[in-house]
Amino acid sequence: MKRIIYLAALGVSLLLLSCNNSTTTTEQTSVSDAAVPAGGQESVKDDESAKDVVKIAVGSKDHTTLVAALKQADLVTSLSNAGPFTVFAPTNAAFDKLPAGTVEGLMKSDKLADLQNILQYHVAVAVYKTENMKDGQVIGEANGDNITINVKDGKVMVNGTANIVASIPASNGIIHVIDAVLLPPGKK
Amino acid sequence: MNYASLKSIIAFALLAAASMQGCKPKGTQSAVTGDAASKVYVAPGKYDEFYNFVSGGFSGQMSVYGIPSGRLFRVIPVFSVDPEKGWGYSEETKPMLNTSHGFIPWDDLHHIALSVTNSEHDGRWVFGNANNTPRIARIDLKTFRTNEIIEIPNSAGNHSSPFITENSEYVVAGTRFSVPIGDNQDVPINTYKQNFKGTVSFIGIDKTSGNMNIAFQILTPGIDFDLARAGKGKSAGWFFFSCYNSEKANTLLEVNASQKDKDFIMAVNWKKAEEYAKAGKGVKKAVKYAHNVYNESTHSATSTIENEVLVLDPKDCPDMIYFMPCPKSPHGCDTDPTGEYIVGSGKLAATIPVFSFSKIQAAIAAKNFDGEYDGIPVLKYDAVLHGEVQKPGLGPLHTEFDGKGFAYTSFFVSSEIVKWNIKDLKVVDRVPTYYSIGHLCVPGGPTSKPWGKYVIAYNKITKDRYLPTGPELTQSAQLYSIDGDKMKLLLDFPTIGEPHYAEAIPAELITKNSQKIFKIEENKNPFAALGDNNAKVERKGNEVHVYMTSIRSHFTPDNIEGVKLGDVVYFHVTNLEQDWDIPHGFAVKGAGNAELLIMPGETQSLKWVPEKAGVYPMYCTDFCSALHQEMQGYVRVSPAGSNVPLTFSTGKTEPSVAAPEQKPAAK
Repeated sequence: MKRIIYLAALGVSLLLLSCNNSTTTTEQTSVSDAAVPAGGQESVKDDESAKDVVKIAVGSKDHTTLVAALKQADLVTSLSNAGPFTVFAPTNAAFDKLPAGTVEGLMKSDKLADLQNILQYHVAVAVYKTENMKDGQVIGEANGDNITINVKDGKVMVNGTANIVASIPASNGIIHVIDAVLLPPGKK
Repeated sequence: MNYASLKSIIAFALLAAASMQGCKPKGTQSAVTGDAASKVYVAPGKYDEFYNFVSGGFSGQMSVYGIPSGRLFRVIPVFSVDPEKGWGYSEETKPMLNTSHGFIPWDDLHHIALSVTNSEHDGRWVFGNANNTPRIARIDLKTFRTNEIIEIPNSAGNHSSPFITENSEYVVAGTRFSVPIGDNQDVPINTYKQNFKGTVSFIGIDKTSGNMNIAFQILTPGIDFDLARAGKGKSAGWFFFSCYNSEKANTLLEVNASQKDKDFIMAVNWKKAEEYAKAGKGVKKAVKYAHNVYNESTHSATSTIENEVLVLDPKDCPDMIYFMPCPKSPHGCDTDPTGEYIVGSGKLAATIPVFSFSKIQAAIAAKNFDGEYDGIPVLKYDAVLHGEVQKPGLGPLHTEFDGKGFAYTSFFVSSEIVKWNIKDLKVVDRVPTYYSIGHLCVPGGPTSKPWGKYVIAYNKITKDRYLPTGPELTQSAQLYSIDGDKMKLLLDFPTIGEPHYAEAIPAELITKNSQKIFKIEENKNPFAALGDNNAKVERKGNEVHVYMTSIRSHFTPDNIEGVKLGDVVYFHVTNLEQDWDIPHGFAVKGAGNAELLIMPGETQSLKWVPEKAGVYPMYCTDFCSALHQEMQGYVRVSPAGSNVPLTFSTGKTEPSVAAPEQKPAAK
């Protein structure tokens, strides 16, 4: 690319030389002409703002499986966007509860669509706070399927299987830590 | 032979001479060399090397461009209201535009001064002047927002401003118009010579906060001050002001202020003036001027009317000011990076005089005077002159420097930039500009450490340079490379308003301090709601105060009832976001006002006086998130005397109202 510009510039210079005796030196530009490699908002350098859902997950030692899966599923850029997101974040222990080999299987490149489907089933676009959740409430998830909220004795569960054990506000939404992985309806 | 045809013959001769040096230019585009595009190309995602702060002229604002790309980053509202940013519309920013004449929504920003330490850019503040109702503004480069505006009394047409001293001790304000000063200002205009006086003001800058105060004014003869520059290095304690209308004309200045062969550059020993001010040589005069300060902690401005200014009269303060004769209505008055040379540019002169600071000092010591002008000693022209650049072009205006011993002077009449050697005063290069250049800018050009690389022309006329847009065309900047011996045109880019002076500074001097958010816990706005739970609506007589919060993607509250006709509603919106580049906007239907644009962690207030009963939608105007379009709500306005209680909520859907109220509320 650089070379093409250089050659083009040289060509034009030669043309000019043919009518203009002043010496035209083709100087290497000091301005970088290489575009920054495509990186999403996750690569923005910012130590001042509050952390977004991705940065919070990355900072949690209990969510290394989730973070690895988000990276594999190419969802880090999307979840670093403005959102707002509600992320149901299964802990490492929650993933460990899946049948042996499930996570490893999903992390294979030919299972990308399945992995994306499962992870997007853990993300809603909007902020759902537990204090506003109602028993029986249905929430549409990013993969197109629904989850159902159960509220009993002040405790909030998802799909009758996963307990919300903690909630963490993020700059671009909220994370609800859950103790079981949510399985999309088709996988049940 | 008339003058016009003489001019055209000269122009033709120049053109012929130019075409003999190379191919005759076929069109303006052929002035660009082949590698120009690669020199200004900043790839997507890459940063420009310099920030370019450009005055907006009659737009009243300041714009920020990248160099070399010419990309526009921001228009900073300064002296004119800006409905886009709520500047001058929000309750918090209205006091910034207060003056002794009341609220003024517009002005004309001409010149830029970046703060300096040891005459080098330090990247802290940029100052701009208001040319119509005399003021100086200070913009904080951490936030790119106008943080302070001070009005200048005893002044009219603050053109010779806001140039800055070596360590940002002072910015100056020289009055363009001399005016009647004192108790009786209702005098016949034709008593100009008796009653009109000029002033130059020195506005002190606090080293830490940047806050301004008028330290002192110097009373001068009734002439017009045009531009100015501080000395630097050996001349650091001095300031130089170009003056015209030494004829003291009060009408048809086009003719009557162009009579004399020479006007003046006024040399001010400001260190001495400072001593006189401290020693009590000044007189405190009763005046009225506004001093407006924006507080980044309360996110609001205060306007204080001051009543006094210290005035130094040269007759009580010997050896403080001197006049140097300068040919034909000098405009630019620029000091070179060493501080030794002062370049005057007589708009109507055929030469560029260059004065020597050493010779000025010697002439003062030897009292080598050519009489006095209104009691001020006039130095002998030949005694202070380093030399003249002979026949450099037509209509010299401004000069910048590259730090390599060369000066670059703009020529309005002959539409060109001329490069010349400061020492031997020989012209070494010239390039045309398209068209009618005013100011020009070399990065760091007015400092002791020019960054060089480019010279940027700010042109008044663009005619055929861009796609036509009706009778008014964009004004423009043109970027030239000055790396080599020859200046090379690289790029045209359009500008906002009319650019006058501009400065350019290496980007890293600013980016390292750039602020991303306002910390919510430091928000001291008395109307802030620090969290959804603190949102509320309060009635105080006929005022309704809505303490509202905004965060992706809702307002709290977003349903409000109980507002009545006759009420004045204030929406105090706090943006709870703590995320860079996530402002929220706020607008309500029918408000005779602008929007609010509220930065993360900030509180801004919008005044609204509803005039009809009904339900009014309100919404977030800034595309903040995927659910931006859902970020909306309603305010119900009932007739005066209605018994609808004042209520507010967000997310409250129960109990739902089964049927609309039957009472006919609105007429």
